[in-house]
Amino acid sequence: MSNSGVGASGLSGWGNYPRVSTELLAPQTPAGARDHLLARSGVVARGAGRAYGDAAIGTQSTISSRGLNRMRSFDAATAQLTVEAGVTIADILAAFEPRGFFLKVVPGTKFVTVGGAIAADVHGKNHHRDGGFGNIVVSFRLALPGGEIVTCCRSENAALFAATLGGMGLTGMILDATLRLLPIETAWLRQDTRVAGNLDAAIDQLESSASTTYSVAWIDCLARGAALGRSLVYLAEHATRRDKDMLGPDLAPFPSVRTSRLSVPELFPGWLLNRASMRAFNELYFRRGAAHQGKVRLVHWDPYFFPLDAIADWNRIYGRRGFVQYQCVIPQGRARRVLADILDRVSRRGDASFLAVLKLLGDASGPMSFPLRGYTLTMDFPVTETLFAFLDQLDALVVDAGGRLYLAKDARQSRATFESGYPGLAALRDIREQTGANTRLASHLSARLGI
Amino acid sequence: MTGTKSILVIGGSSDIGHATALRYAREGWRVTLAARDLEAAQRNADDIRTRSGVEATVQALDVLQTGQLAGFVAGLSALPDTVVCVVGELGDQLRAQTDPELATTIMRTNFEAPSLLLELFAQAFEARGSGTIVGVSSVAGDRGRASNYYYGAAKAGFSQFLSGLRNRLALAGKVRVVTVKPGFVRTKMTAHMKLPAPLTVQPDRVAEDIFRADVMKPRDVIYVARRFWLVMTIICALPEPVFKRMRI
Repeated sequence: MSNSGVGASGLSGWGNYPRVSTELLAPQTPAGARDHLLARSGVVARGAGRAYGDAAIGTQSTISSRGLNRMRSFDAATAQLTVEAGVTIADILAAFEPRGFFLKVVPGTKFVTVGGAIAADVHGKNHHRDGGFGNIVVSFRLALPGGEIVTCCRSENAALFAATLGGMGLTGMILDATLRLLPIETAWLRQDTRVAGNLDAAIDQLESSASTTYSVAWIDCLARGAALGRSLVYLAEHATRRDKDMLGPDLAPFPSVRTSRLSVPELFPGWLLNRASMRAFNELYFRRGAAHQGKVRLVHWDPYFFPLDAIADWNRIYGRRGFVQYQCVIPQGRARRVLADILDRVSRRGDASFLAVLKLLGDASGPMSFPLRGYTLTMDFPVTETLFAFLDQLDALVVDAGGRLYLAKDARQSRATFESGYPGLAALRDIREQTGANTRLASHLSARLGI
Repeated sequence: MTGTKSILVIGGSSDIGHATALRYAREGWRVTLAARDLEAAQRNADDIRTRSGVEATVQALDVLQTGQLAGFVAGLSALPDTVVCVVGELGDQLRAQTDPELATTIMRTNFEAPSLLLELFAQAFEARGSGTIVGVSSVAGDRGRASNYYYGAAKAGFSQFLSGLRNRLALAGKVRVVTVKPGFVRTKMTAHMKLPAPLTVQPDRVAEDIFRADVMKPRDVIYVARRFWLVMTIICALPEPVFKRMRI
């Protein structure tokens, strides 16, 4: 999709920060990828480059999985699909949605690779019910730094399997994976929109709809005072054939997907992103959303799950200096107070992203997976001189509440913040020592955080 | 869905061959991939079968073994409706200038072998009374350049072969010949080259244009990307005394 990050001046993640030089290798076969891995040190695999920070940039070399883009086999009886690691979620949906299959766990963009989705153990709007991406992974083949290729699943190399989910590519390079697809009756979601006047109301909404499959709150970060945290809460279920016939009798159950041509020009003027324009946008956004309140309506899966995918290269709106996406999770009991504190500081600071996303997460799974039972908040910040000191303050609140930051988004947290958030780190370090990955596989993220 | 139709791709381990076969498979065409590297062709066939749900098989074929081409065509279990030849090798121009064996291989791979093979398909299609032959040539065949003239000369020969074959078959009107001239395509063959972004396309764009020119809106010669037609028209219009001093 995007050529994000590849340039003469180095490689970056989706946030365009940091940008560092690295040797970029582009093997065309799984065997070729393994050979590169065997011959390099300071190396890590990279998928679509959709991790925001420095997770998919090797300290010396980076192996792109984009050439590993072939599907292997599909068994309709078990709904099991085997694909190479560079196949994207968009590829899978394009091929299988018309045949009545979806993925039970999808992140906020469909342009990620399967390898990347496993390495970050990505989550969706249904984590509170269905867990992370790892839950739909049956098995995968991992190339170890010594050149050995091992199959990992819950009954074979189970510790390696668990540490690789959320292991940020630091256990080996995923070559291919078998996933279990989800049968669906239509391509539609039945969406219910609720307006929440402030953060407490938004959390109440998410809490009381915990039995709903998909839920997410879009927070207006510019609202302050009594309206701090005002949100639109979107609840949704896959529409059955009957739902569709009732709500949209004229609609095709599986309409062909429209591809968007919108994109952001390379030199998007940063001054367009000012408080006045963002406030106007948010006002419009909320009025439009509020107009749908109480009406259950059908929404196609593409805009429901992947609203930003409609605008190619949207990361360019933050200009050359790039941006940081800050995503934390706060354990349930502390969430209301701590999130209110964070939102308050963010709204006072003023240069936050105009929208923030709030989601309910379910129980923690593997040692390195990000989710834990609680609430996760996501915001974008353009990189400025004062940003990192400000985010350090937010980190202190997160650490104090027993929360943590999502490594797929991270570009700047300290070792102390990281270590306090990920008690499972020891398990990853053990695995890395056993396989020799500790001396060979290194991303800028792993070097920064001392993994 | 036209489930009864079938396509044979010669060079089925290549990126353009893979993309083209997948495009046809999405419309329900059965696919056969012929290639020297059977393992790579099988990887592509598995991909096509998984993505489209359509049958995809592989056949071993080394086009440079020209003595075996007639046997290959005669031995096909069924004659395809469309045959697409994407066989090609850029080769190392500098090395070819001092290595006659490499120069010969480049010329045989891009001109001699594809031409001999497609002549056999032309005759089989004529005998049946239907069929489409798609030859993937290159804009490099439109004018000889210092950087790739063995490749370019061979592609020029292949383009002329296709033109002549089309001329011969047009009189009967049963068998069609489509010449495809890609410009810059991001593939394994060009992975090491720096290509100008506005003129560079992905293999699936070539596939889409081939499918259109064959099935949807019949054409004789297509450039991919289309704007390359203008680029090549200008380059071909340059007087030789000027062109010979240029480095393009």
